[in-house]
Amino acid sequence: MKTKYSLMASAALSALVGTSAFAPAVQADDATFKIGVVTFLSGGASGPFGIPGRNAAEVVIEAINAGTMPAPYDTAGIGGAMIEQVVIDENSKQKVADYQKLVDKDEVDAVVGYASSGSCKAIAPEAEKLKQLTVFAICGTPQIFEEIVTEPEYLFRSMSHATMDNVGAARYVLDTTPELKTIGGINQNYAWGQDSWRDFSETIAALKSSVEVDSEQFPKIFAGQYGSEISALLSAKVDVVHSSFWGGDLEAMIIQGAGRGLFDRSQMVLTSSDTAIPRLGAQIPNGTIIGARGFNGPYAPDTELANWFEQAYFDRFGVAPVSPSYQMAQSIMALKAAADKAQSSDPDAIRAALAGLTFESASGEVSMSLSDGHQAATGIAYGTYEFDASTGKGSVKNVRSYAAGCVNPPVGVTSGEWIKGGFDGATCE
Amino acid sequence: MQTAVAISVDGLGFAAWLFLSSVGLTLIYGVMRILNIAHGGFYALGAYSSAWAIGLFVNSGGAVVYSFLLIPLAALLAGAIAGLLVERGILRYMYGRDEVLMVLVTYAIFLILEDATKLIWGTESYVAWQPAFHFGTINVMDIPYTVYKFIIMAVALAVGAALFLVLNKTRVGKLLLVVIEDREISGALGINVTLFFTVTFVVGAILGALGGAISAPEISVLPGIGAEIIVLSFAVIVIGGMGSIGGAMLGALIVGFARALSVHLYPPAELFSIYLVMAAVLAVKPYGLFALAESRKI
Amino acid sequence: MNIKMDRTETGLLLALPLLILIAFVLPKWVVNYVQVSLGTGLVALGVMIQMRAGLVSFGQGLYFCVGGYAAGMLAKFLGISDLFLLLAAGILAALIVAGIAGFLLRRYREIFFAMLTLAISMILFGLLSSTEELGSTDGFNLPSATYLGWAPEGETGRLTLYTFTALVVVVCAILLNRFLKSPVGYINEAIRENEVRVEYLGTSAHHAVHITYVLAAVVSSIGGVLWALALGHVDPEMTNWTTSGQFVFISILSGTGNIAAPLIGTFLLEILRVYAVEISPNTWQMILGSVMLLTILYLPKGLWSLLTTRKSTKPSDDSADKISVGD
Repeated sequence: MKTKYSLMASAALSALVGTSAFAPAVQADDATFKIGVVTFLSGGASGPFGIPGRNAAEVVIEAINAGTMPAPYDTAGIGGAMIEQVVIDENSKQKVADYQKLVDKDEVDAVVGYASSGSCKAIAPEAEKLKQLTVFAICGTPQIFEEIVTEPEYLFRSMSHATMDNVGAARYVLDTTPELKTIGGINQNYAWGQDSWRDFSETIAALKSSVEVDSEQFPKIFAGQYGSEISALLSAKVDVVHSSFWGGDLEAMIIQGAGRGLFDRSQMVLTSSDTAIPRLGAQIPNGTIIGARGFNGPYAPDTELANWFEQAYFDRFGVAPVSPSYQMAQSIMALKAAADKAQSSDPDAIRAALAGLTFESASGEVSMSLSDGHQAATGIAYGTYEFDASTGKGSVKNVRSYAAGCVNPPVGVTSGEWIKGGFDGATCE
Repeated sequence: MQTAVAISVDGLGFAAWLFLSSVGLTLIYGVMRILNIAHGGFYALGAYSSAWAIGLFVNSGGAVVYSFLLIPLAALLAGAIAGLLVERGILRYMYGRDEVLMVLVTYAIFLILEDATKLIWGTESYVAWQPAFHFGTINVMDIPYTVYKFIIMAVALAVGAALFLVLNKTRVGKLLLVVIEDREISGALGINVTLFFTVTFVVGAILGALGGAISAPEISVLPGIGAEIIVLSFAVIVIGGMGSIGGAMLGALIVGFARALSVHLYPPAELFSIYLVMAAVLAVKPYGLFALAESRKI
Repeated sequence: MNIKMDRTETGLLLALPLLILIAFVLPKWVVNYVQVSLGTGLVALGVMIQMRAGLVSFGQGLYFCVGGYAAGMLAKFLGISDLFLLLAAGILAALIVAGIAGFLLRRYREIFFAMLTLAISMILFGLLSSTEELGSTDGFNLPSATYLGWAPEGETGRLTLYTFTALVVVVCAILLNRFLKSPVGYINEAIRENEVRVEYLGTSAHHAVHITYVLAAVVSSIGGVLWALALGHVDPEMTNWTTSGQFVFISILSGTGNIAAPLIGTFLLEILRVYAVEISPNTWQMILGSVMLLTILYLPKGLWSLLTTRKSTKPSDDSADKISVGD
């Protein structure tokens, strides 16, 4: 029995030592720039967000290494160093420990990714604590720089937060539906859905106080079956129904809702729906208002860079890139742009160059203008869906674009205050 | 009035889907005493194979009306293959182990099935909506419902009735009841217990796959759908009484109506209405509503 | 109370300095996994002591979450960040919730206990997920811990929290070991074997189960506080059934033979996951599942049996009973 405890101790110790033995030798090679890519590889968010994001990272990183991207990114590498990527799964219960592992064990030079607001909230203070250059690619919540990290040094977010989606959607609805009287909503019952609906309904209330809210549906995320919610919306007969559904839930809701005439009875506004276009085609009723969380997918600009990205992604994976692909690509292009400006692959130099930088991505021009130059502000576009039976492809028309200043709060004002206060300082043309 | 009718139709529609998605679970538990988490994996397999087959068939010009046949076919094939592999390949080495340990075993199988599904079908979502709209909609008090919803209700009733008849009116069913009553004695009587276990597990797997296959046209099939069904179907069979087919039906109705009621009357409660009902039922009837004498399951 | 220590306790005491030493020797990222594993390991311990009585809680995440949120809300709304106050808050909250829920749950056994605990934890999940003041599903962040007015920062802060975590966990483990050897602990084993006989002997099984349930809740809550402080963040995922499920799986995989087993098992499983993700980011679940199956097949009494098999060469037939729940 004596041996039992020495055995126990040695089992635990060998596990510990074993783990450290795997740690790579110190990276003496300065010619590589290591990027940790964090994205959903399993679970319900992997199909719609994680995998398209990982794919985009692959396409862009390979092109940067090969120097095959169009201008302004036609030089090879990050400040001359070749990129090496380490991909990990965002679907984990130990997100922070996983992040620390990337920093400490894999010794990455930069971390990019994260789609869920919950992950971003947990990682944000860690990035500052560990002094690790980190670029959030997606996550929606405006709280990251408004509340959690108010004086960022190491942390960036290369896309606008979700406020823009819903303020933009509300402005589009008011611009195109002058006789708007009632609105309703169907949003997933978690932070993203709740925030989206609040921003949308409060924007409408602030801009046109006579509009009434009727029927607010909050089904569980990944529920898949929305029969009851659709019945409730059908009987409410509101003018406009707002939804921030994404991925599989969105596709299921379109199939079930369109099949039962919900889209004819109410004008649907789907803030994050470009991902459904290639898959559902004619199933999405014409006239549905489509959002892509920025100038992504169908709203991507007609530039050499945007066209290159769309084509390269399509050639590689056989499908068109969707908004999460554009967002992930944008975060890596942010690093590339900053490194080019700094003429260096040193993370500190990149960090200094990225703050306040205006750079080009596959979604047009991005300016890191908010939160001391760490939070991007971009504009957004909305349009209505139009399916072309002869080509079998869906597109958007009646497109209206809103400039960054029109849909994002100005420096120093939180999103909530800005909306409630009637959009002080908004610059809409 | 419109609301009351809507609640009834929505409640019934959701209940039918719930019943189909959980009846396989209760069957396997009733006979084998295994709380089968891999059920979620069978559900996903059924959904994937049905969506994939329908898509292939319709896109290559097949008439939609025949695509309905692909749903049971896909469930049969996917469930039978996966069920046989799991039972013959893994579970039979584990029989006799403790009930809780078996939960862990089936969880491990579920994890493996999840990734296997990903390896076969990738991570892109599959949609196969054609059958769901082939017969159009019916207006009930000014609210359109798809005919497909009513077909699902009919299938749920038919499956329930068929299981009831097989278990209670046929020789096989009576022998099965003997096996449930006492495994050892029935073996001594010359009943092939191993065969009963294999068949039950495969039938349970096929039913799980059918739940997925029949909902595939209404949803978007993608990784993670299997995990969602697990706890929902647990709730249904626990409320009804584990191992009872009638209980699963009652449980599905209660959960279905609880959800429809909360959506129409008080939407914020939708998120936990199911668990509230489950806690309330268990607090009053600790063994579920339909639990009869201990060993007389099914 | 008997002060004499048994082997397990001496082992734990000896392990403590070693555990603390780890923080100074091993790479930071490994220490991080050790630290979070200590937090979640305590919850697995809570699950394990209930298993000794034949009760499988599929909702232990409830108390993991109660602890984390109690500490988090104290910090968020009252600005308190003192480790000892936060721990006290977690313990108090768990005592209240478990004390009340125990009156209902102590009547349940087997799968019904499992399902009712699951239902209760999911009700909390639903409530928290729709409470925007607490960040809904995104949760909220916690400040760094302070210690009676001392507020270490950076590396010192990290090491201090780690040391306290190790200390608290070892103390909890020793106390629980004592509990298992107390009269109630033995009654629990008897309940697992045959509850009716326990009642005939004139002891209240309900009473013993209630005590065990509350105790398990308290350690889980402490685990929740420590885990939340290490992470600096809480969210409702802590009380989701998938989290609770993991605690059960860890307890079974590690084995219920020894109080240290769930703690070590938690860490090993965590490291296994990290390497599975590294080797195969897209199919790591398959690796995890296969390892689980092989463990069950070859080590039916859990990983701990690796250390004890020398004792008996009996085939694994009757050993399955010991793991768990009787029927």
